[in-house]
Amino acid sequence: MSNASTAPTNAAALPDGWEMVVGLEVHVELHTATKLFSASPNRFGDAPNTNIDPVTLGLPGALPVLNRKAVELAIRLGLALNCRVQACTFHRKNYFYPDLPKAYQISQYDQPLNVDGFLMLPGDVRIGIERAHLEEDTGKSTHFGGSSGRIHGSDYSLVDFNRAGVPLVEIVSRPDIRNSDQARQYVNELRSILLAVGASDAKMEEGSMRVDVNVSVRRPGEPLGTRCEIKNVNSVRGVGRAIDYEARRQVDLIESGGVVRQETRHWDDAEGRTHTLRSKEDADDYRYFLEPDLVLLDPETEWVESIRASLPPLPAARRAALASLTAADKESEAVYVVVERGQDEYVRAVADAGGEPSRALVYVQQAFAEESATPRVPAADLAGLTVLERDGKVTATQAKTILAELVANSGGDAAAIAAAKGFEALDTSAVEAMVDAAIAAQSDAWAKYCAGEEKAAGALVGAVMKASQGKADGKVVTAVLQARRAGA
Amino acid sequence: MASDFGTAIDIARSVRDGSTTATRVLEEHLARVDAREADIHAFNLVMRDEAMAAAARIDADIAAGKPVGSLAGVPIALKDNMCTRGVDTTCSSRILEGWKPPYDATVVTKLRDAGAVFVGKTNLDEFAMGSSTENSAFGPTRNPLDISRVPGGSSGGSAAAVAAGFAAASLGSDTGGSIRQPAALCGLVGVKPTYGLVSRQGLIAFASSLDQIGPFTHTVADAALLMEVIGGHDPLDSTSLPGDAPQLSAVLDRGVEGLRIGRVVDLPEGSEPEVLARLDAAFAALEAAGATIVEVRLPSLEYGLTAYYLVAPAEASSNLARYDGVRYGMRVDAPDLNAMYAATRSAGFGAEVKRRIMLGTYALSAGYYDAYYGKALKVRRLIADDFAAAYASCDVVLTPTSPTVAFPFGDKTSDPLAMYLCDVFTIPTNLAGHAAMSVPFGAGAHGLPVGVQVLAPALGEETMFRVAAALERAS
Repeated sequence: MSNASTAPTNAAALPDGWEMVVGLEVHVELHTATKLFSASPNRFGDAPNTNIDPVTLGLPGALPVLNRKAVELAIRLGLALNCRVQACTFHRKNYFYPDLPKAYQISQYDQPLNVDGFLMLPGDVRIGIERAHLEEDTGKSTHFGGSSGRIHGSDYSLVDFNRAGVPLVEIVSRPDIRNSDQARQYVNELRSILLAVGASDAKMEEGSMRVDVNVSVRRPGEPLGTRCEIKNVNSVRGVGRAIDYEARRQVDLIESGGVVRQETRHWDDAEGRTHTLRSKEDADDYRYFLEPDLVLLDPETEWVESIRASLPPLPAARRAALASLTAADKESEAVYVVVERGQDEYVRAVADAGGEPSRALVYVQQAFAEESATPRVPAADLAGLTVLERDGKVTATQAKTILAELVANSGGDAAAIAAAKGFEALDTSAVEAMVDAAIAAQSDAWAKYCAGEEKAAGALVGAVMKASQGKADGKVVTAVLQARRAGA
Repeated sequence: MASDFGTAIDIARSVRDGSTTATRVLEEHLARVDAREADIHAFNLVMRDEAMAAAARIDADIAAGKPVGSLAGVPIALKDNMCTRGVDTTCSSRILEGWKPPYDATVVTKLRDAGAVFVGKTNLDEFAMGSSTENSAFGPTRNPLDISRVPGGSSGGSAAAVAAGFAAASLGSDTGGSIRQPAALCGLVGVKPTYGLVSRQGLIAFASSLDQIGPFTHTVADAALLMEVIGGHDPLDSTSLPGDAPQLSAVLDRGVEGLRIGRVVDLPEGSEPEVLARLDAAFAALEAAGATIVEVRLPSLEYGLTAYYLVAPAEASSNLARYDGVRYGMRVDAPDLNAMYAATRSAGFGAEVKRRIMLGTYALSAGYYDAYYGKALKVRRLIADDFAAAYASCDVVLTPTSPTVAFPFGDKTSDPLAMYLCDVFTIPTNLAGHAAMSVPFGAGAHGLPVGVQVLAPALGEETMFRVAAALERAS
């Protein structure tokens, strides 16, 4: 999973003259100890109906009391998304369903906590955030019998209220997304921010991050088309596939003389298509009104500012810093991956220990995928290896071997390992002699190489490497070969 | 109206000083229950065994020299919409029949900690929707002063229990007058505290922005004591006001000299002449005691009823949606989910509750919200503004509590609007979130008691109780 814009695109192009307009509604569970309005634990995976209490079950007479920690995390998230934090209210969203204990969800309506933010994607693409508001989660229904897996036609249903009342933030983007690559980048970047600020564990597979997609199509410059909302998208890859399918469906529909109806559609990942779930006419009237059991939430300025001051550096800033340190492109795969693993501070530590930053970035990206944010290899040890390679004391290939040794032993003196293995980079004249020997021994390969067949160089380089027992620097060998061909 | 029964203060004093015991006091009250409850039907449940055990504990504590609370041994009745741990709490509705809450309401905990002995859970109009207690699923409560007449409502059972001497005091809830109107009709003191002064935690909601718990007592001093026990901040109720309960007992003797009493010149019409005569007498008594009478206008008062019957049903339609047959209470099985909801709620709710759920659902619906619920909220603000203007020139306002004295059964059941008019004077207080109380002030038609209502601004309880005490002294 990579955010890098340099990664090959998976987006399917729409026919000429069409543009898709996409907005995302992302629900994330906040990482609190207790629920939004009660003291029951907020914990995934416990035995059903163990994390419950009168408020969670909506028992008569039970009243909600707002969890300050949830508000704090929601504000952290809002600030990280460049939102304005404002005085806000809670509303009741009324509908009947067995996993909604009070028959209303406490949510925010016309005065949400966080408004008017944005998130930056690669290529300086700015996606507006309309709002990021607090609300409570529902319980979880499981339907048994029947074929659809839905309540209609099932034999019976069971409800687990452990999830009911878990704090959620719903992050609503503006319809600024123009292709499925951007949508996937948006979800990945949002996830990185959530993890960085500690607001959520943001696991799509456990449902702690859920993405609904709004898709419409239009001819560029025209007003927005009718949108469809797609639910049940359970992976980042699914987000891209669902958007591409749906946009194409709408274009085909319009081009064949049809009209897009506003409706909610269900993404079927196995079939790779969307189905109508309910049309706008069938939509519930939620009868929103101000929740009379709660009062105005007006976060004091000092509190908000102290939260802002406590925000860690965000992924975008960390990528920029790492790119600047290592002279890499800030949108390169290595920079994204290392920041996502939280190993950027480690790379900085290697540099601080006198190491070569660009080599350190490559080593960390390639060898430390299984390591934590603080790899077991001491930064100074890795620094030693980068210096050996930079100074031409070992070849890239030898460095790789030493790196593997360092990882296996949780550290070590790179120079000592090189000496023990008899590694030393050969000087150019020795390499030239070995190249000439290889050309003489493999005249067929040499002829092909001279005829412009670049792949043929592989056999020649391999022969040199074998002869030098890996001590020759591959890049030097290639350079000598090219010089010989130019002079041939 | 003078009481034949001991006051809460007298009982607590006698129990503490050993001149009687909590058990003996309780037995006297239970004897009256045995004699008259079959006629009155004040209770949905008489908690005889629990009460005897509680009284015995108080007596044991006193015998052991342990400190006891200010309500030690006082028999108290609870409206059956307040949660009592392990004890049936029905709201006088079939839909909650048999449900036992796993927790106590905050007021229940506070009363118990003060030494109160709970005699039982009292009857009410189903989910507190009504003004006569005729809407109970378990049959009406009769007025102990004339059993051919209603006790008022919705807290009719709590009023009747005190008026009949089944309990020395009781708690009711007041959403639009449900404490003050039955207090007036049964000759009792009834208090609707400032919104947020008494915790609603454990009070089964009718209309959350209007509901408030308060006491029924024989005397103003008893009401002050009860307020001191049940009031004060509760972290479990987000709408609970900060601070401790006001100390009201200390202000009762301060008199009303220098206080300005508002007389509403544009009072909505329709009151019985005897009721208006008693109101005039109340003004005269306060003037004689040194208060000044000032004229005030409350032009939006007449819209209060209309606004209330949009706001309260709207909140009720949401509050009562949880009774869906899924987790607790009644369930009527049916082939699918929506049919189960419909069958359960059709069988579980009475006609008035259904009427209000439909009214409220309609008022909140897309396309109607602005014209109904939205407009009602604006009227609510107008009423608050009117009161604010009135309180610029007076300290309290006096009105009748109820336009009529207690009326016969069936008098208004066929005409919901006539029944709704019972609350014309009480509703505006709830909409504004202010304080108000009813004080008995002589008799009207048929020799039945008339209540005078003292209205005060938010947290104006001290002045309100001073005026109420002065009226009591003059009655």
